[in-house]
This record gives sequence, structure tokens and C-alpha cells, in this order.
Amino acid sequence: MIPLPKPLHDIFRPPPTAGVLGVFTHLDATLEAIGKLRAAGHTDFTVYSPIPRHEIEDALGQAVSPVRMFTLIGGIAGCAVGAWLTLWMSYDWPLVVGGKPIGAIPPYVVIMFEMTVLFGALSTILGIVFNAAFAARRLGTIQWDPRFTNDKFGVFVPAEPAKAAAAEALLKGSGAEEVRRG
Amino acid sequence: MAEPTPRVTYDFVTRTIARTLGNPGRGYFLLLGAAVALLAIGIITLLFLLRYGLGLAGYSHPVYWAVFITCFVFWVGIAHSGTLISAILFLFRSGWRTAVYRTAEAMTVFAVMTAGLFPLIHIGRQWYFYWLVPYPNERGLWPNFKSPLIWDEFAIGTYFTVSTVFLIMGLIPDIAAVRDLATGWRKKLYTLCSVGWRGTNEEWRHYTRGYLYLAALATPLVLSVHSVVSWDFAMAIVPGWHATIFAPYFVAGAIYSGCAMVITLLVPIRKLFHLEELISVHHFENLSKLCLLTGSIVGYAYVCEYFVAWYGGNPVERAAFWYRAFGPYWWATWTMIICNGFLPHLLWVKTIRTNLTALFVISIFVNIGMWFERYVIIVVSLAGEPYTPWVSAVYNPTWADWGIMAGSFGWFFMWFLLFVKNFPAVSISEVKEVLPPPRRAHAGSRAHA
Repeated sequence: MIPLPKPLHDIFRPPPTAGVLGVFTHLDATLEAIGKLRAAGHTDFTVYSPIPRHEIEDALGQAVSPVRMFTLIGGIAGCAVGAWLTLWMSYDWPLVVGGKPIGAIPPYVVIMFEMTVLFGALSTILGIVFNAAFAARRLGTIQWDPRFTNDKFGVFVPAEPAKAAAAEALLKGSGAEEVRRG
Repeated sequence: MAEPTPRVTYDFVTRTIARTLGNPGRGYFLLLGAAVALLAIGIITLLFLLRYGLGLAGYSHPVYWAVFITCFVFWVGIAHSGTLISAILFLFRSGWRTAVYRTAEAMTVFAVMTAGLFPLIHIGRQWYFYWLVPYPNERGLWPNFKSPLIWDEFAIGTYFTVSTVFLIMGLIPDIAAVRDLATGWRKKLYTLCSVGWRGTNEEWRHYTRGYLYLAALATPLVLSVHSVVSWDFAMAIVPGWHATIFAPYFVAGAIYSGCAMVITLLVPIRKLFHLEELISVHHFENLSKLCLLTGSIVGYAYVCEYFVAWYGGNPVERAAFWYRAFGPYWWATWTMIICNGFLPHLLWVKTIRTNLTALFVISIFVNIGMWFERYVIIVVSLAGEPYTPWVSAVYNPTWADWGIMAGSFGWFFMWFLLFVKNFPAVSISEVKEVLPPPRRAHAGSRAHA
């Protein structure tokens, strides 16, 4: 764990959430656990996987990521910045070059295009970082296992100690090879 | 993956790729030493250029764009196949890209870093580099946005930024995977670089979407960058430059040379790091098919250029192309035509496409050919330009030109070798994506999508 300064630590490292973590070897067992958890009314559980799988996305029924709005707004902003940059700079010190109009659009399209891509790409990155950071903040400090980046799937179900036994049984019943409380 | 064997499991993939970060052996350090030695030659040459001026390079009127600009276009070209493989083939959902795209993408970033040095070396007074930034001079005059050189600056700047963030984005889940196997200082480094990646469904949800949009933005970008580079020439009125065919011709040439460079780099890396089971002959065959396709487009563009020079009936243009093929630089032109026009057609033969030694040799000749293509377009067009017929100086590169060029190869290979040693050179999560996922019921079934 990287030590964080106090205010950041309070935001991103809240005290651990009580719950049950199931470690799975098989994708279909993980999917079964997700289905059973949703049927039992759980909504706030977290699924870990070493790779993105459409089956997991479909089983969770997640909404499309809001990152696309970041890309769109960034792209439009970039195009506008490109247009403003070229036109304003040309009219600020008007100088006829090659007998072309001061504010010639065709050559400026190149700059507008490049700025669209640049701003679109950078705001996409911001979108991923913001959304992932907010998700991490919402999830809080939850249990995790280093094998989840290698070859294991995981499901963490937040549960009070009193209700943990039910969640534990559910994960075991779906084929979790290891279940632990935290 | 072509035919994943049962041995190739998720765990096998992680461990095989994580092993490349261990001790790579003597061969690696010899290569790294050679790269650093080449870079040292470049730095010493640059110091001489700073002390005695650009006159040390072979510039002679009317050839003021020479080896430095040739190398600039060459390296920008090399940079192109990386984004092609990582972004365009991603959008086409071609599974074979997963094993080779990380190498190609790293190559892209380092090639743009190399290319970016050449305009700076070419301006001669590097301490005035900030004059390239669009801000008004002391009389309040802004840069001329109708100049293709300004477009080029925006295109290369955007390309460098976007290809770098694309590379880093792809690396994050993989660095997290090697972080969880590493110990010691590497653990600390990878913990920092993986920015807390855990592989939660929320992370993957935003990550996969964002990656898709980055690929969608990078795809038109890669086509635009070499088009803009080609307009540096095509917007001018020099015969041999002033042609509408230039943008697609340059883009095809760029991808052709880039794919060849990927082959040149992957053959030794696969051997050095024992990646035979992840990077198979099938991947090389697909790369060489890309070479064949783009090489054929380049060959077609050569035919078009000469045909139009003859059929267009413009005596100036006709003279320029006659000078290219039969003037004092005939050897450069014919090297280019043989390496790019004829050599790629060897790849129609399957036994050559699947023979790594043959591919390695061909890829080196392709890169020699593509370097000479830029040399012919830039230097020979200028040397043979008919508007100043009283100038008869013949341009020849000097030791300073070759020294800087050697330095650029050292710089590129140094960064590349440091990268493959310290970061996962093959994408861990994407190679796993094309494997059949572990299932209870019917283990070993084919992967979804």
C-alpha cells in the first residue's frame, strides 16, 4: 500500500467494510454466484476478474460507462479550441499569405482535427480516472486477493457479521474454492 | 493466439510474460551496450554540430532538407504500424494482434520520440526550440497556420501524446498483474505504476469503454499524421513533391516500414525472452501479410508517379523523374525500387512468410528501402529541381549526417530495450482474453467473441 497524505487517506482508505470474499477458479461458477446474489437482492457486491469478460458484464447488467460523455465533450471542446486558436490568431495580426483569405478554413481543419483528437483522448483518460476513482471511493476498503490479477475470479459481498453466514453459503454453493470473512 | 495448447493457461501467460522482467542474459546487455554506444556517437556528433554549426552536415544549395529530414520522416513512418496494430486491428477485433501489439505500440512511442529530435537538430540552434511553439513574436505576429510545418507540429505533438497515453492505458492492468508476482524494489515500482488497479467490475467497465474510444480516436489520427507529414512536401511546388497522391502513398509506406520494423524487433525479442509459445509463426505470417499489402500499395504508387510524370506531359516533372532514375542518384532510386517494389512480393510464398530468418532479412531490407524512399523524395527532388539550373552542386551526406543517424538508432533501441526489460512486453490481459476461459462444465471450449 502506498502511504497517502492524511486528507487523501481519509477519502480513499476508509475503514474496512465487513463482508465475505469468494475466490473462484471458473468463470461459469463466478457467473452462477453473480446470478444467485442478484436473485437474493444483493446490489452492492464487487466482482474481480483478471480480464474483462462480456459474460460478467451481462450477468451484472451494468449500465454503459459514462466515459463516453467525457470523450464527446472533450472532442467537441478540442475542435472549438482548434477553430478559435487558428482564427483568432490569424485575425489578431492580419497578414495575407499566398493570396488566401485571412481566416482560411481548409488549412485550419487540419489543426481543428488534431485538437479534436488530442482533447478527446485526454478527456477520455480523465473520464476513466474520475469514474474509477469515484467507484473505488464508493466501494471503500474491501477485501481483495493478489491472485485476481493472475488467474482467479472473485466476488466480494458486503455483509454485516450477522448476515455473513448466508452470503458465505451462497458463494460456497456456487462453487467458490475459498471463502473468507473480513 | 493461433492454436492455444492446454498448457497455455491464464497462470502460464502471466508467468511467461513476468519472466521477461527477470535476468535477460548476456545477449540483452550486449544489444543494450551497442545501442548506448551508437547513442554516444550521435551525442558527440551533435556536440560538434553545436560548436561548428550545421555546415558540418553536407548541406549545399539547393539541398537544405537532407538526411535529418529524411530520418525524421523515416522515424515518423516507423511509428505508424504500432497504432495500426493496436487501434485499427482492435476495432476490427482481430485476435492475433494481442500477442504483438504491446511491442508495436512501445515502438511507436519511441519512434516518435526519435523523430521529434530531428526537427530540433535540423534547426541548428536548439536553444531556440521554443520558437516552434505557437506564440506571438516580439512584434505580436502569430505563426502562420496556413503552413504545413505548423500542421505537422500539431499532428506529431498529438500523435506522441495520444500514442503514449494509449500505451500507458494498456499497460495498467498488466503492471498490476506483474506487481502481484514481484518482490523488492520492482514491487514498489509496479505498485506506483499500476495506480491501484485491482480488476473490479467497475474498473473494467470504465476501462474497456475508454479503451474503445481511445482506439476510435487513434485510428483517424494515425492516418492523418503521415498525411500531414506528406503535405510538408506536397504543398510545395518542387517537382517530385507536388503531387496529390502523397498522403495515401506516405501512409501506406509508413505502415509498410512500421510492420517491417515490428518483425525486425520481435524476432530477436522472442528468442531472447523465450516467448515462442505466445508469439507464434502465425503472428509473423500475419505481419508479413500486412507488409505485402502495404508494400504492394507502395509499389503501385511508384508506378503511378512515373506514369503521371510521363503521361502528364509536364516537361519539368518529366525531367525530375528522369533525373531520379538515371541522374547521379540512380543508385538510391534503384535501391528503393528493388527493396519496396519487388522485394515484398517474395512474401506471396508461404514458406518465406513462415521462415523467421528470411522474414528478418527481408524486414531489414524493407527498412533500408524505405529510408532511401525518403532520401530520394527529399534530397533527389531538391538536387534535381529545375528552377535554379545554374546551381550544379551535388549533395552528399557527410560523417555528421551519418553520426546523427547512428545516434538516432541508438536512442530508439536503447529506450526500446529498456522498456521490454522493465515492463510487460506482451499484453498479459489481452492474451488471456483470446484464451478459452476456465470453465467447470466443458473445459477447453473456444473463447467467447
